[in-house]
Amino acid sequence: MDNKIKMRAQKVNFFYGKVQALKDINLAVHANCVTAMIGPSGCGKSTFIRLFNRMNELLPHTLLKGKVFLDDLDINSPLVDAVDIRRRVGMVFQKPNPFPKSIFENISYGLKVNGVREKDYIAGKVEESLKKAALWDEVKERLGESALRLSGGQQQRLCIARCLAVENEVILFDEPCASLDPISTAKIEELIMELKKSYSIVIVTHNMQQAARVSECTGFFLLGELVEFGKTQDIFTAPKDKRTEAYITGRFG
Amino acid sequence: MRKLKEFFVERFILICGLASIFFVVLIFLFLAKEGLAVFKSVRPLDFLLGRNWYPISEPAQLGILPLICGSLLVTLGAAIISIPIGVACAVYIAEIAPLKIKEVLKAGIELLAAIPSVVLGFIGMVTLVPWVKTTFNLPTGLTALSGSIILAFMAMPTIVSVAEDALYSVPKTYKEGAFALGATHWQTIYRVLLPAASSGIVAAVMLGIGRVIGETMAVMMITGNAAVIPHSILVPVRTLTATIAAEMGEAVVGSEHYFALFAIGIVLFIISFIINVTADLFLHKRH
Repeated sequence: MDNKIKMRAQKVNFFYGKVQALKDINLAVHANCVTAMIGPSGCGKSTFIRLFNRMNELLPHTLLKGKVFLDDLDINSPLVDAVDIRRRVGMVFQKPNPFPKSIFENISYGLKVNGVREKDYIAGKVEESLKKAALWDEVKERLGESALRLSGGQQQRLCIARCLAVENEVILFDEPCASLDPISTAKIEELIMELKKSYSIVIVTHNMQQAARVSECTGFFLLGELVEFGKTQDIFTAPKDKRTEAYITGRFG
Repeated sequence: MRKLKEFFVERFILICGLASIFFVVLIFLFLAKEGLAVFKSVRPLDFLLGRNWYPISEPAQLGILPLICGSLLVTLGAAIISIPIGVACAVYIAEIAPLKIKEVLKAGIELLAAIPSVVLGFIGMVTLVPWVKTTFNLPTGLTALSGSIILAFMAMPTIVSVAEDALYSVPKTYKEGAFALGATHWQTIYRVLLPAASSGIVAAVMLGIGRVIGETMAVMMITGNAAVIPHSILVPVRTLTATIAAEMGEAVVGSEHYFALFAIGIVLFIISFIINVTADLFLHKRH
Protein backbone atom coordinates (compact mmCIF):
# COMPACT_ATOMS: atom_id res chain seq x y z
CA MET A 1 0.00 0.00 0.00
CA ASP A 2 1.67 3.15 -1.20
CA ASN A 3 -0.73 5.82 0.02
CA LYS A 4 0.01 7.54 3.26
CA ILE A 5 -1.56 6.36 6.47
CA LYS A 6 -4.68 8.35 7.34
CA MET A 7 -5.86 6.68 10.52
CA ARG A 8 -4.15 4.24 12.79
CA ALA A 9 -5.18 2.14 15.75
CA GLN A 10 -2.39 1.22 18.11
CA LYS A 11 -2.78 -1.58 20.66
CA VAL A 12 -6.45 -0.88 21.06
CA ASN A 13 -8.35 -2.68 23.80
CA PHE A 14 -11.97 -1.84 24.45
CA PHE A 15 -14.35 -2.82 27.21
CA TYR A 16 -18.10 -2.65 27.69
CA GLY A 17 -18.23 -2.76 31.46
CA LYS A 18 -16.15 -5.85 32.24
CA VAL A 19 -16.61 -7.48 28.86
CA GLN A 20 -13.66 -7.06 26.58
CA ALA A 21 -14.92 -6.29 23.07
CA LEU A 22 -11.60 -5.63 21.34
CA LYS A 23 -8.23 -7.22 22.04
CA ASP A 24 -4.92 -5.61 21.15
CA ILE A 25 -5.77 -4.31 17.73
CA ASN A 26 -3.23 -2.65 15.45
CA LEU A 27 -4.47 -1.48 12.10
CA ALA A 28 -3.77 1.31 9.63
CA VAL A 29 -6.21 2.91 7.23
CA HIS A 30 -4.63 4.42 4.13
CA ALA A 31 -5.70 7.61 2.45
CA ASN A 32 -7.85 7.35 -0.69
CA CYS A 33 -8.47 3.67 -0.13
CA VAL A 34 -11.41 1.62 0.96
CA THR A 35 -10.64 -0.49 4.00
CA ALA A 36 -13.19 -3.20 4.78
CA MET A 37 -13.84 -4.93 8.08
CA ILE A 38 -15.48 -8.32 7.89
CA GLY A 39 -16.43 -10.91 10.47
CA PRO A 40 -19.43 -12.58 12.06
CA SER A 41 -21.96 -10.61 14.14
CA GLY A 42 -20.69 -9.49 17.50
CA CYS A 43 -17.03 -9.80 16.55
CA GLY A 44 -16.30 -6.17 17.40
CA LYS A 45 -15.94 -4.67 13.93
CA SER A 46 -18.62 -2.02 14.46
CA THR A 47 -17.28 -1.24 17.91
CA PHE A 48 -13.88 -0.83 16.31
CA ILE A 49 -14.80 1.70 13.65
CA ARG A 50 -16.84 3.69 16.15
CA LEU A 51 -13.53 4.37 17.89
CA PHE A 52 -12.40 6.32 14.83
CA ASN A 53 -14.88 9.12 15.48
CA ARG A 54 -15.22 8.64 19.24
CA MET A 55 -18.85 7.52 18.99
CA ASN A 56 -18.39 4.90 21.71
CA GLU A 57 -18.05 7.66 24.25
CA LEU A 58 -21.78 8.21 24.01
CA LEU A 59 -22.34 4.81 25.63
CA PRO A 60 -22.05 4.53 29.39
CA HIS A 61 -19.50 2.31 31.13
CA THR A 62 -17.02 1.88 28.34
CA LEU A 63 -13.25 1.89 28.57
CA LEU A 64 -10.65 2.36 25.87
CA LYS A 65 -7.00 1.43 26.21
CA GLY A 66 -4.54 2.15 23.45
CA LYS A 67 -4.41 4.95 20.95
CA VAL A 68 -6.12 6.01 17.76
CA PHE A 69 -4.47 8.48 15.44
CA LEU A 70 -5.90 10.71 12.75
CA ASP A 71 -2.91 11.78 10.69
CA ASP A 72 -0.55 12.27 13.60
CA LEU A 73 -3.13 13.49 16.06
CA ASP A 74 -3.97 11.31 19.06
CA ILE A 75 -7.74 11.72 18.86
CA ASN A 76 -8.34 10.67 22.46
CA SER A 77 -5.89 13.11 23.94
CA PRO A 78 -7.54 15.33 26.54
CA LEU A 79 -6.64 18.37 24.43
CA VAL A 80 -8.76 17.16 21.52
CA ASP A 81 -12.49 17.86 21.36
CA ALA A 82 -14.61 14.92 20.19
CA VAL A 83 -16.76 17.36 18.23
CA ASP A 84 -13.75 18.39 16.10
CA ILE A 85 -12.90 14.78 15.40
CA ARG A 86 -16.45 14.02 14.28
CA ARG A 87 -16.31 16.98 11.94
CA ARG A 88 -13.30 15.44 10.25
CA VAL A 89 -14.41 11.83 10.44
CA GLY A 90 -17.97 11.31 9.25
CA MET A 91 -20.14 8.26 9.67
CA VAL A 92 -22.94 6.54 7.80
CA PHE A 93 -24.97 4.11 9.85
CA GLN A 94 -26.45 0.70 9.26
CA LYS A 95 -30.00 1.92 9.23
CA PRO A 96 -30.54 5.11 7.23
CA ASN A 97 -31.14 7.78 9.85
CA PRO A 98 -32.20 11.01 8.16
CA PHE A 99 -33.60 13.59 10.56
CA PRO A 100 -37.37 14.09 10.47
CA LYS A 101 -36.85 17.29 8.49
CA SER A 102 -36.85 18.23 4.83
CA ILE A 103 -34.26 16.90 2.41
CA PHE A 104 -32.66 20.32 2.22
CA GLU A 105 -32.52 20.75 6.00
CA ASN A 106 -31.00 17.32 6.46
CA ILE A 107 -27.97 18.44 4.52
CA SER A 108 -27.81 22.03 5.71
CA TYR A 109 -27.96 20.81 9.31
CA GLY A 110 -24.33 19.70 9.33
CA LEU A 111 -23.26 23.06 7.90
CA LYS A 112 -25.32 24.99 10.40
CA VAL A 113 -23.95 23.19 13.42
CA ASN A 114 -20.52 24.01 12.06
CA GLY A 115 -21.37 27.69 12.08
CA VAL A 116 -22.06 28.29 8.38
CA ARG A 117 -24.72 30.97 7.93
CA GLU A 118 -24.56 32.31 4.34
CA LYS A 119 -27.64 31.07 2.52
CA ASP A 120 -26.15 31.00 -0.98
CA TYR A 121 -23.20 28.98 0.18
CA ILE A 122 -25.49 26.50 1.95
CA ALA A 123 -27.74 26.12 -1.10
CA GLY A 124 -24.70 25.54 -3.32
CA LYS A 125 -23.26 23.03 -0.90
CA VAL A 126 -26.55 21.13 -0.66
CA GLU A 127 -26.69 20.78 -4.43
CA GLU A 128 -23.05 19.80 -4.69
CA SER A 129 -23.36 17.17 -1.95
CA LEU A 130 -26.52 15.68 -3.43
CA LYS A 131 -24.83 15.49 -6.81
CA LYS A 132 -21.79 13.77 -5.35
CA ALA A 133 -24.09 11.30 -3.61
CA ALA A 134 -25.87 10.63 -6.94
CA LEU A 135 -29.19 11.72 -5.50
CA TRP A 136 -29.64 15.20 -7.00
CA ASP A 137 -31.60 14.14 -10.08
CA GLU A 138 -34.07 12.17 -8.01
CA VAL A 139 -34.80 14.88 -5.45
CA LYS A 140 -34.05 18.26 -7.01
CA GLU A 141 -37.74 18.96 -7.55
CA ARG A 142 -38.69 18.27 -3.95
CA LEU A 143 -35.97 19.48 -1.63
CA GLY A 144 -38.61 20.79 0.77
CA GLU A 145 -40.25 17.41 1.25
CA SER A 146 -39.70 15.33 4.37
CA ALA A 147 -36.67 13.10 4.06
CA LEU A 148 -38.65 10.29 5.66
CA ARG A 149 -40.68 9.94 2.46
CA LEU A 150 -37.66 8.82 0.46
CA SER A 151 -37.03 5.13 -0.15
CA GLY A 152 -34.51 3.31 2.04
CA GLY A 153 -31.78 3.51 -0.60
CA GLN A 154 -32.41 7.19 -1.22
CA GLN A 155 -32.36 7.85 2.52
CA GLN A 156 -29.00 6.17 2.80
CA ARG A 157 -27.59 8.26 -0.05
CA LEU A 158 -29.03 11.33 1.66
CA CYS A 159 -27.13 10.35 4.80
CA ILE A 160 -23.98 10.06 2.70
CA ALA A 161 -24.66 13.47 1.14
CA ARG A 162 -25.15 14.86 4.65
CA CYS A 163 -21.70 13.61 5.50
CA LEU A 164 -20.11 15.00 2.33
CA ALA A 165 -21.49 18.47 2.97
CA VAL A 166 -19.33 18.96 6.04
CA GLU A 167 -16.19 18.07 4.06
CA ASN A 168 -14.92 15.20 6.13
CA GLU A 169 -11.58 13.61 5.46
CA VAL A 170 -12.59 10.11 6.44
CA ILE A 171 -16.00 8.46 6.10
CA LEU A 172 -16.91 5.44 8.17
CA PHE A 173 -19.61 3.18 6.80
CA ASP A 174 -21.19 0.87 9.37
CA GLU A 175 -22.90 -1.83 7.29
CA PRO A 176 -24.43 0.81 5.01
CA CYS A 177 -26.27 -1.70 2.84
CA ALA A 178 -27.57 -4.04 5.52
CA SER A 179 -31.14 -2.84 5.13
CA LEU A 180 -31.13 -2.15 1.39
CA ASP A 181 -32.18 -4.06 -1.71
CA PRO A 182 -29.57 -5.20 -4.30
CA ILE A 183 -30.10 -2.26 -6.67
CA SER A 184 -29.71 0.33 -3.93
CA THR A 185 -26.71 -1.61 -2.68
CA ALA A 186 -25.11 -1.45 -6.10
CA LYS A 187 -25.61 2.30 -6.20
CA ILE A 188 -24.03 2.79 -2.79
CA GLU A 189 -21.08 0.61 -3.78
CA GLU A 190 -20.59 2.61 -6.96
CA LEU A 191 -20.69 5.75 -4.87
CA ILE A 192 -18.09 4.41 -2.44
CA MET A 193 -15.74 3.64 -5.34
CA GLU A 194 -16.19 7.20 -6.55
CA LEU A 195 -15.74 8.76 -3.12
CA LYS A 196 -12.45 7.11 -2.37
CA LYS A 197 -10.83 9.47 -4.88
CA SER A 198 -11.21 12.26 -2.38
CA TYR A 199 -11.81 10.53 0.95
CA SER A 200 -10.44 7.73 3.05
CA ILE A 201 -13.11 5.15 3.59
CA VAL A 202 -13.66 2.45 6.17
CA ILE A 203 -16.55 0.07 5.69
CA VAL A 204 -17.92 -2.60 7.98
CA THR A 205 -19.83 -5.27 6.13
CA HIS A 206 -21.40 -8.66 6.63
CA ASN A 207 -21.27 -9.22 2.95
CA MET A 208 -17.97 -10.72 1.84
CA GLN A 209 -18.66 -10.14 -1.83
CA GLN A 210 -19.14 -6.50 -1.03
CA ALA A 211 -15.79 -6.33 0.74
CA ALA A 212 -14.16 -8.06 -2.21
CA ARG A 213 -15.79 -5.70 -4.71
CA VAL A 214 -15.10 -2.34 -3.10
CA SER A 215 -12.07 -2.55 -0.87
CA GLU A 216 -8.30 -2.46 -1.24
CA CYS A 217 -7.60 -3.72 2.26
CA THR A 218 -9.58 -6.08 4.43
CA GLY A 219 -9.44 -6.94 8.08
CA PHE A 220 -11.04 -10.09 9.46
CA PHE A 221 -12.37 -9.83 13.01
CA LEU A 222 -13.31 -12.73 15.23
CA LEU A 223 -14.36 -12.52 18.89
CA GLY A 224 -12.75 -9.13 19.35
CA GLU A 225 -9.48 -10.04 17.70
CA LEU A 226 -8.15 -8.84 14.40
CA VAL A 227 -7.27 -12.25 12.99
CA GLU A 228 -5.83 -11.09 9.72
CA PHE A 229 -5.34 -7.80 7.93
CA GLY A 230 -3.93 -7.22 4.49
CA LYS A 231 -4.68 -6.55 0.84
CA THR A 232 -8.18 -7.64 -0.01
CA GLN A 233 -6.91 -9.81 -2.82
CA ASP A 234 -4.61 -11.72 -0.51
CA ILE A 235 -7.21 -12.17 2.19
CA PHE A 236 -9.69 -13.65 -0.24
CA THR A 237 -7.38 -15.75 -2.36
CA ALA A 238 -4.59 -16.76 -0.02
CA PRO A 239 -5.57 -16.24 3.62
CA LYS A 240 -2.76 -16.98 6.01
CA ASP A 241 -4.90 -17.91 8.98
CA LYS A 242 -7.09 -20.99 9.05
CA ARG A 243 -9.92 -19.12 10.74
CA THR A 244 -9.98 -16.55 7.95
CA GLU A 245 -10.07 -19.29 5.39
CA ALA A 246 -12.89 -21.05 7.20
CA TYR A 247 -14.91 -17.84 7.36
CA ILE A 248 -14.51 -16.74 3.76
CA THR A 249 -15.24 -20.17 2.43
CA GLY A 250 -18.43 -20.10 4.44
CA ARG A 251 -17.75 -22.77 6.99
CA PHE A 252 -19.02 -20.58 9.82
CA GLY A 253 -20.34 -17.12 10.51
CA MET B 1 -67.66 -25.72 27.11
CA ARG B 2 -64.43 -23.84 26.53
CA LYS B 3 -66.10 -21.86 23.81
CA LEU B 4 -68.84 -20.88 26.18
CA LYS B 5 -66.33 -19.71 28.74
CA GLU B 6 -64.50 -17.75 26.07
CA PHE B 7 -67.79 -16.17 25.06
CA PHE B 8 -68.61 -15.01 28.59
CA VAL B 9 -65.14 -13.70 29.27
CA GLU B 10 -65.18 -11.69 26.08
CA ARG B 11 -68.61 -10.27 26.82
CA PHE B 12 -67.57 -9.39 30.35
CA ILE B 13 -64.52 -7.47 29.14
CA LEU B 14 -66.63 -5.72 26.53
CA ILE B 15 -69.07 -4.58 29.21
CA CYS B 16 -66.24 -3.28 31.37
CA GLY B 17 -64.91 -1.38 28.40
CA LEU B 18 -68.27 0.12 27.58
CA ALA B 19 -68.93 1.00 31.22
CA SER B 20 -66.40 3.81 31.22
CA ILE B 21 -67.96 5.40 28.17
CA PHE B 22 -71.40 4.83 29.63
CA PHE B 23 -70.49 6.66 32.83
CA VAL B 24 -69.00 9.61 30.96
CA VAL B 25 -72.15 9.93 28.91
CA LEU B 26 -74.25 9.64 32.06
CA ILE B 27 -72.26 12.34 33.82
CA PHE B 28 -72.53 14.61 30.84
CA LEU B 29 -76.27 14.07 30.53
CA PHE B 30 -76.77 14.84 34.20
CA LEU B 31 -74.63 17.97 33.92
CA ALA B 32 -76.56 19.07 30.86
CA LYS B 33 -79.94 18.40 32.44
CA GLU B 34 -79.15 20.39 35.57
CA GLY B 35 -76.99 23.03 33.96
CA LEU B 36 -79.00 23.95 30.91
CA ALA B 37 -81.96 24.82 33.14
CA VAL B 38 -80.21 28.06 34.08
CA PHE B 39 -80.77 29.35 30.57
CA LYS B 40 -84.50 29.65 31.31
CA SER B 41 -83.70 32.71 33.37
CA VAL B 42 -80.49 34.02 31.79
CA ARG B 43 -79.44 34.10 28.15
CA PRO B 44 -76.33 31.98 27.33
CA LEU B 45 -74.37 35.02 26.16
CA ASP B 46 -75.20 36.99 29.29
CA PHE B 47 -74.17 34.01 31.34
CA LEU B 48 -70.78 33.61 29.63
CA LEU B 49 -69.97 37.30 29.20
CA GLY B 50 -71.80 38.86 32.14
CA ARG B 51 -69.42 40.84 34.33
CA ASN B 52 -71.20 40.35 37.66
CA TRP B 53 -71.48 37.20 39.71
CA TYR B 54 -73.98 37.88 42.51
CA PRO B 55 -75.87 34.59 42.68
CA ILE B 56 -77.82 35.32 45.86
CA SER B 57 -78.82 38.93 45.38
CA GLU B 58 -82.37 39.81 44.22
CA PRO B 59 -82.57 39.49 41.27
CA ALA B 60 -79.55 37.16 40.95
CA GLN B 61 -76.82 38.28 38.56
CA LEU B 62 -75.22 35.26 36.96
CA GLY B 63 -72.33 36.42 34.78
CA ILE B 64 -69.33 34.10 34.89
CA LEU B 65 -66.85 36.21 32.93
CA PRO B 66 -64.89 37.10 36.11
CA LEU B 67 -64.62 33.40 36.93
CA ILE B 68 -63.50 32.48 33.41
CA CYS B 69 -60.94 35.29 33.52
CA GLY B 70 -59.79 34.12 36.94
CA SER B 71 -59.32 30.56 35.75
CA LEU B 72 -57.54 31.63 32.57
CA LEU B 73 -55.25 34.07 34.38
CA VAL B 74 -54.19 31.55 37.01
CA THR B 75 -53.72 28.88 34.35
CA LEU B 76 -51.72 31.19 32.10
CA GLY B 77 -49.49 32.20 34.99
CA ALA B 78 -48.97 28.57 35.95
CA ALA B 79 -48.18 27.70 32.33
CA ILE B 80 -45.61 30.48 32.00
CA ILE B 81 -43.85 29.26 35.12
CA SER B 82 -44.14 25.52 34.63
CA ILE B 83 -43.52 25.07 30.90
CA PRO B 84 -39.93 26.35 30.69
CA ILE B 85 -38.93 24.73 33.97
CA GLY B 86 -40.76 21.49 33.18
CA VAL B 87 -39.36 21.12 29.67
CA ALA B 88 -35.84 22.04 30.79
CA CYS B 89 -36.13 19.50 33.59
CA ALA B 90 -37.27 16.85 31.10
CA VAL B 91 -34.31 17.61 28.83
CA TYR B 92 -31.96 17.38 31.79
CA ILE B 93 -33.38 14.05 32.92
CA ALA B 94 -33.60 12.53 29.45
CA GLU B 95 -30.32 13.75 28.06
CA ILE B 96 -27.84 15.21 30.48
CA ALA B 97 -28.20 13.78 33.97
CA PRO B 98 -25.92 10.93 35.00
CA LEU B 99 -27.79 7.74 35.79
CA LYS B 100 -27.85 8.20 39.58
CA ILE B 101 -29.09 11.79 39.51
CA LYS B 102 -31.66 10.76 36.94
CA GLU B 103 -33.11 8.13 39.27
CA VAL B 104 -33.23 10.57 42.18
CA LEU B 105 -34.87 13.27 40.06
CA LYS B 106 -37.48 10.93 38.64
CA ALA B 107 -38.38 9.73 42.11
CA GLY B 108 -38.57 13.33 43.26
CA ILE B 109 -40.90 14.27 40.44
CA GLU B 110 -43.16 11.33 41.23
CA LEU B 111 -43.20 12.39 44.85
CA LEU B 112 -44.22 15.90 43.83
CA ALA B 113 -47.12 14.39 41.91
CA ALA B 114 -48.15 12.45 44.99
CA ILE B 115 -48.56 15.47 47.27
CA PRO B 116 -52.30 16.03 47.82
CA SER B 117 -53.42 19.38 46.49
CA VAL B 118 -54.78 20.45 49.84
CA VAL B 119 -51.32 20.04 51.33
CA LEU B 120 -49.79 22.16 48.57
CA GLY B 121 -52.51 24.74 49.18
CA PHE B 122 -51.78 24.73 52.87
CA ILE B 123 -48.05 25.16 52.37
CA GLY B 124 -48.78 27.94 49.90
CA MET B 125 -51.04 29.64 52.40
CA VAL B 126 -48.50 29.77 55.20
CA THR B 127 -45.32 30.38 53.18
CA LEU B 128 -46.03 31.74 49.72
CA VAL B 129 -48.92 34.06 50.52
CA PRO B 130 -47.07 36.12 53.16
CA TRP B 131 -44.04 36.25 50.87
CA VAL B 132 -46.10 37.60 47.96
CA LYS B 133 -47.72 40.10 50.28
CA THR B 134 -44.48 41.57 51.57
CA THR B 135 -42.48 41.32 48.35
CA PHE B 136 -45.00 43.19 46.25
CA ASN B 137 -46.24 45.31 49.12
CA LEU B 138 -49.88 44.28 48.69
CA PRO B 139 -52.86 44.47 51.03
CA THR B 140 -53.22 40.70 50.69
CA GLY B 141 -51.03 37.89 49.43
CA LEU B 142 -54.03 35.85 48.30
CA THR B 143 -53.56 36.61 44.61
CA ALA B 144 -53.63 35.04 41.18
CA LEU B 145 -49.82 34.98 41.30
CA SER B 146 -49.79 32.81 44.43
CA GLY B 147 -52.27 30.47 42.77
CA SER B 148 -50.15 30.34 39.60
CA ILE B 149 -47.00 29.44 41.50
CA ILE B 150 -48.63 26.63 43.46
CA LEU B 151 -50.41 25.31 40.38
CA ALA B 152 -47.11 25.37 38.48
CA PHE B 153 -45.87 22.83 41.01
CA MET B 154 -48.88 20.68 40.27
CA ALA B 155 -48.45 20.87 36.51
CA MET B 156 -44.73 20.19 36.61
CA PRO B 157 -44.79 16.42 37.31
CA THR B 158 -47.12 15.81 34.36
CA ILE B 159 -45.13 18.02 32.03
CA VAL B 160 -41.80 16.56 33.07
CA SER B 161 -42.78 12.91 32.88
CA VAL B 162 -44.67 13.09 29.58
CA ALA B 163 -42.05 15.33 27.95
CA GLU B 164 -39.28 13.09 29.22
CA ASP B 165 -41.05 10.09 27.66
CA ALA B 166 -41.33 11.98 24.39
CA LEU B 167 -37.63 12.85 24.39
CA TYR B 168 -36.68 9.34 25.39
CA SER B 169 -38.66 7.82 22.53
CA VAL B 170 -36.86 9.87 19.88
CA PRO B 171 -34.92 7.20 17.98
CA LYS B 172 -31.32 6.96 19.20
CA THR B 173 -30.24 6.99 15.57
CA TYR B 174 -31.17 10.68 15.25
CA LYS B 175 -28.89 11.50 18.09
CA GLU B 176 -26.06 9.44 16.67
CA GLY B 177 -26.55 11.03 13.28
CA ALA B 178 -26.31 14.52 14.72
CA PHE B 179 -23.24 13.70 16.78
CA ALA B 180 -21.55 12.07 13.81
CA LEU B 181 -21.92 15.32 11.90
CA GLY B 182 -19.98 17.13 14.55
CA ALA B 183 -22.89 18.66 16.42
CA THR B 184 -22.31 19.52 20.06
CA HIS B 185 -24.56 18.07 22.71
CA TRP B 186 -26.63 21.24 22.95
CA GLN B 187 -26.94 21.54 19.15
CA THR B 188 -28.18 17.96 19.08
CA ILE B 189 -30.75 18.63 21.78
CA TYR B 190 -31.91 21.94 20.37
CA ARG B 191 -31.99 21.19 16.67
CA VAL B 192 -32.75 17.47 16.52
CA LEU B 193 -34.19 16.05 19.72
CA LEU B 194 -36.56 18.87 20.68
CA PRO B 195 -38.06 19.23 17.17
CA ALA B 196 -38.40 15.45 16.87
CA ALA B 197 -40.15 15.27 20.25
CA SER B 198 -42.15 18.45 19.74
CA SER B 199 -45.57 16.87 19.41
CA GLY B 200 -45.04 14.85 22.57
CA ILE B 201 -43.86 17.95 24.39
CA VAL B 202 -46.91 19.92 23.29
CA ALA B 203 -49.07 17.07 24.53
CA ALA B 204 -47.20 17.14 27.84
CA VAL B 205 -47.88 20.85 28.18
CA MET B 206 -51.56 20.40 27.34
CA LEU B 207 -51.97 17.63 29.89
CA GLY B 208 -50.23 19.78 32.49
CA ILE B 209 -52.54 22.68 31.72
CA GLY B 210 -55.53 20.35 31.82
CA ARG B 211 -54.54 19.40 35.33
CA VAL B 212 -54.17 23.06 36.34
CA ILE B 213 -57.50 24.25 35.00
CA GLY B 214 -59.39 21.49 36.78
CA GLU B 215 -57.57 21.97 40.09
CA THR B 216 -59.79 23.20 42.90
CA MET B 217 -58.56 22.84 46.43
CA ALA B 218 -55.22 24.63 46.27
CA VAL B 219 -56.57 27.56 44.26
CA MET B 220 -59.52 27.97 46.55
CA MET B 221 -57.18 28.27 49.50
CA ILE B 222 -54.77 30.82 48.10
CA THR B 223 -56.29 32.92 45.34
CA GLY B 224 -58.53 35.05 47.54
CA ASN B 225 -61.84 34.13 45.90
CA ALA B 226 -62.97 37.55 44.75
CA ALA B 227 -65.28 37.23 41.76
CA VAL B 228 -64.02 40.34 40.02
CA ILE B 229 -62.48 40.65 36.59
CA PRO B 230 -58.74 40.82 37.38
CA HIS B 231 -56.67 43.68 35.98
CA SER B 232 -53.33 42.35 37.11
CA ILE B 233 -51.82 39.12 38.38
CA LEU B 234 -51.40 40.67 41.82
CA VAL B 235 -55.08 40.81 42.74
CA PRO B 236 -57.36 38.15 44.23
CA VAL B 237 -59.31 36.11 41.69
CA ARG B 238 -61.82 33.34 41.79
CA THR B 239 -61.73 30.37 39.46
CA LEU B 240 -64.57 28.33 37.97
CA THR B 241 -63.65 25.32 40.05
CA ALA B 242 -63.39 27.20 43.32
CA THR B 243 -66.80 28.74 42.73
CA ILE B 244 -68.49 25.38 42.42
CA ALA B 245 -66.69 23.95 45.43
CA ALA B 246 -67.35 26.96 47.62
CA GLU B 247 -70.98 27.57 46.75
CA MET B 248 -72.50 24.18 46.06
CA GLY B 249 -73.01 23.56 49.78
CA GLU B 250 -75.13 26.63 50.26
CA ALA B 251 -77.06 26.70 46.99
CA VAL B 252 -80.70 25.70 47.36
CA VAL B 253 -81.43 22.64 45.25
CA GLY B 254 -83.49 23.63 42.22
CA SER B 255 -82.70 27.32 42.54
CA GLU B 256 -81.19 29.46 39.80
CA HIS B 257 -77.92 29.50 41.69
CA TYR B 258 -77.86 25.71 41.81
CA PHE B 259 -78.45 25.43 38.06
CA ALA B 260 -75.83 28.10 37.37
CA LEU B 261 -73.20 26.11 39.26
CA PHE B 262 -73.98 23.10 37.08
CA ALA B 263 -73.69 25.30 34.02
CA ILE B 264 -70.21 26.31 35.22
CA GLY B 265 -69.52 22.58 35.41
CA ILE B 266 -70.47 22.28 31.75
CA VAL B 267 -68.12 25.11 30.82
CA LEU B 268 -65.28 23.42 32.70
CA PHE B 269 -66.11 20.10 31.13
CA ILE B 270 -65.93 21.62 27.66
CA ILE B 271 -62.62 23.40 28.38
CA SER B 272 -60.97 20.24 29.74
CA PHE B 273 -62.40 18.23 26.90
CA ILE B 274 -60.89 20.57 24.32
CA ILE B 275 -57.52 20.54 26.07
CA ASN B 276 -57.46 16.76 26.32
CA VAL B 277 -58.47 16.26 22.72
CA THR B 278 -55.75 18.66 21.59
CA ALA B 279 -53.21 16.80 23.71
CA ASP B 280 -54.42 13.54 22.22
CA LEU B 281 -54.12 14.82 18.68
CA PHE B 282 -50.52 15.81 19.33
CA LEU B 283 -49.72 12.54 21.05
CA HIS B 284 -51.00 10.51 18.13
CA LYS B 285 -49.23 12.66 15.59
CA ARG B 286 -46.08 11.07 16.90
CA HIS B 287 -46.93 7.58 15.75
